[in-house]
Amino acid sequence: MPKIKLENLSKSYGDFEVLHSIDLEMQDAEFTVLVGPSGCGKSTTLRMIAGLESVSAGEIYIDDKPVSKLEPKERDLAMVFQDYALYPHMNVAKNMSFALRLEKRPKKEINTKVNEVAEILGLTEFLHRKPAELSGGQRQRVAMGRALTRDSSTFLFDEPLSNLDAKLRTQMRAELAMMRQRVHKNMIYVTHDQIEAMTLADRIVVMHGGKIQQEGTPEQLFKHPANKFVASFLGTPPMNLLQASVQGTSDITSLIGSGFSLRCDDNTKQRLGRASSKEVLLGIRPCDLVFDPSAPEASSIDINVVVSEYVGAQSVLIGDCSGQKVMVELKSDTPIGLGEKLRFAVDLDDLHFFDVDTDQAIV
Amino acid sequence: MSNSSINRLYPYVFMAPALVIMALALLYPLGYMVYGSFRDWDPSQALGESTFVGLKNYYTLWNDPNFRESVAVTLKFALSVVTIEMVIGVGLALLLDRKLRGMSMLRTLFILPMMIAPVVVGLVWRYMYHPTIGIFNKTLKSIGLEPIDWLGQNALTSVIIADIWQWTPFIFILALAALQSLPRSALEAARIDGATGWQQIVHIKLPLMMPVLIVTCLLRLIDAFKVLEVILVMTEGGPGLSTEILALRISRTATEFRELGVAAAMSNYLLIMLLVLTVCMLAYNRWMEYRAARAMRVAAEIG
Repeated sequence: MPKIKLENLSKSYGDFEVLHSIDLEMQDAEFTVLVGPSGCGKSTTLRMIAGLESVSAGEIYIDDKPVSKLEPKERDLAMVFQDYALYPHMNVAKNMSFALRLEKRPKKEINTKVNEVAEILGLTEFLHRKPAELSGGQRQRVAMGRALTRDSSTFLFDEPLSNLDAKLRTQMRAELAMMRQRVHKNMIYVTHDQIEAMTLADRIVVMHGGKIQQEGTPEQLFKHPANKFVASFLGTPPMNLLQASVQGTSDITSLIGSGFSLRCDDNTKQRLGRASSKEVLLGIRPCDLVFDPSAPEASSIDINVVVSEYVGAQSVLIGDCSGQKVMVELKSDTPIGLGEKLRFAVDLDDLHFFDVDTDQAIV
Repeated sequence: MSNSSINRLYPYVFMAPALVIMALALLYPLGYMVYGSFRDWDPSQALGESTFVGLKNYYTLWNDPNFRESVAVTLKFALSVVTIEMVIGVGLALLLDRKLRGMSMLRTLFILPMMIAPVVVGLVWRYMYHPTIGIFNKTLKSIGLEPIDWLGQNALTSVIIADIWQWTPFIFILALAALQSLPRSALEAARIDGATGWQQIVHIKLPLMMPVLIVTCLLRLIDAFKVLEVILVMTEGGPGLSTEILALRISRTATEFRELGVAAAMSNYLLIMLLVLTVCMLAYNRWMEYRAARAMRVAAEIG
């Protein structure tokens, strides 16, 4: 499988630059997910790799060969589109074999290949149906089958699940993950859904405002977000971000915000020493707040719980910490009352700090 | 009368005025024409004074070589203009289906011929085709070529060219609209699947445009069968019968030969031909609707 490399890749429409000089390297047989909010440039990046958008500056290399001037068909890629992009006038078999028929492969080979892929995707009984006679999930599978029948080295997915309803999306996500284990190819997947990104990716690339914010494994990104954007984008419910200031004498340093005053240990003190000012942004994941009425004040936060969202085994509490909104995730059977001020213990090692000037993480 | 039956009558009461007008405006002239076609009828007579001749008018026409010639000319004219217009119109649409500066301006220019009154079109082309002072022969002469006898020996071809000039834009506009409403992503998928520009046209664009193209084609065909003014002004059907299409022959039979019964019978022949075309078009539409409905039903069943 080829190595795909983007070097200083930029895209502008007129004077408006939507993609600012991106560098990215995707390894052999890696599942890379480009994730970010709408308009962050992720789809544009994918379409440039596919050859559907021209490259304004920079270069795309596939196995060290520059391809940005090549037609899509010369890049050896297959792509699955958000709206499936099936050919409405062809039946499923014809849709899946279109590329092979254009290549004038022998009929027998085409049939074998189509049947094989249809078998994998459970489409065998629908081979003679037109796309209009299929349900959303089946169309999605045909789109995937069309990509699979071609022995392309690289698969591109442009938000392939976003047109499906929630239940089907979960199911297709699992099927994708299973297909991924069978098919060892490069896959580049674009989505705005961070759960898809977390569950499918070998490597996540978080994009925002036409720039790459951070790349790494899902775990790296979740545990060590590089900046405020990544921290608040990945994870549901999102990370709580609270204003705090570092105060203290030579031996005791505290992190003080409205509603809390946390005593820092040596390690934390060192980390905070690298901040550009005394003011920092304190990040804490909702799952890291532990309900503990007896916790000492120096290692806890008091939250006035306003709303409790029951989602089954877990509940999400939305509370107020002296004017700042805080979310907490805890077991639904925890006995708490709405409108009460509750104490949550905090482990200093779970805290993230962000520089207020640069939004970058303080490590 | 019970309440429910009154309720059921209401819609018909409201529809009645429209029905009456329809009957008067549409069915009365039609009936008049059909009735007239069975009679030996001179314009100086009232229809009631004419004598009933049964199917004689139809029979005479059927055996009249001039009428057959006229039908042949009409068919030749209609089929060739529609074929050529379809090819050029769709071809132009495929070429111009892209983002170009001033495209809307260009589109307006393209449809100008369609907006000119047919009589004016006929006159303009008659002058352009003029053997000595016409622009075509003057140009041919200036580059040292033999002049062409446009409206003489090549009358039918000349008339066909003029019609193509006037009506290709109609097909161009509809084909372009059809092209621009094609699903973009399917075309992108085809590019990724390795289709060349030509293969995209043959395998994706044309099949997807087909429903619009078929309706466009039938509309043009129906229109081409009835064309009158342009040819009347350009050639008056001549020389000989070479450009005497049916509409022209009908009008001459009625006015010059004063045989209203025969003209009516001729109109009915033309009407039958057009009816066959229209029924084809409706049947096609019905078939498409049926297929769409079946597809929806199947999709609903499999949920």
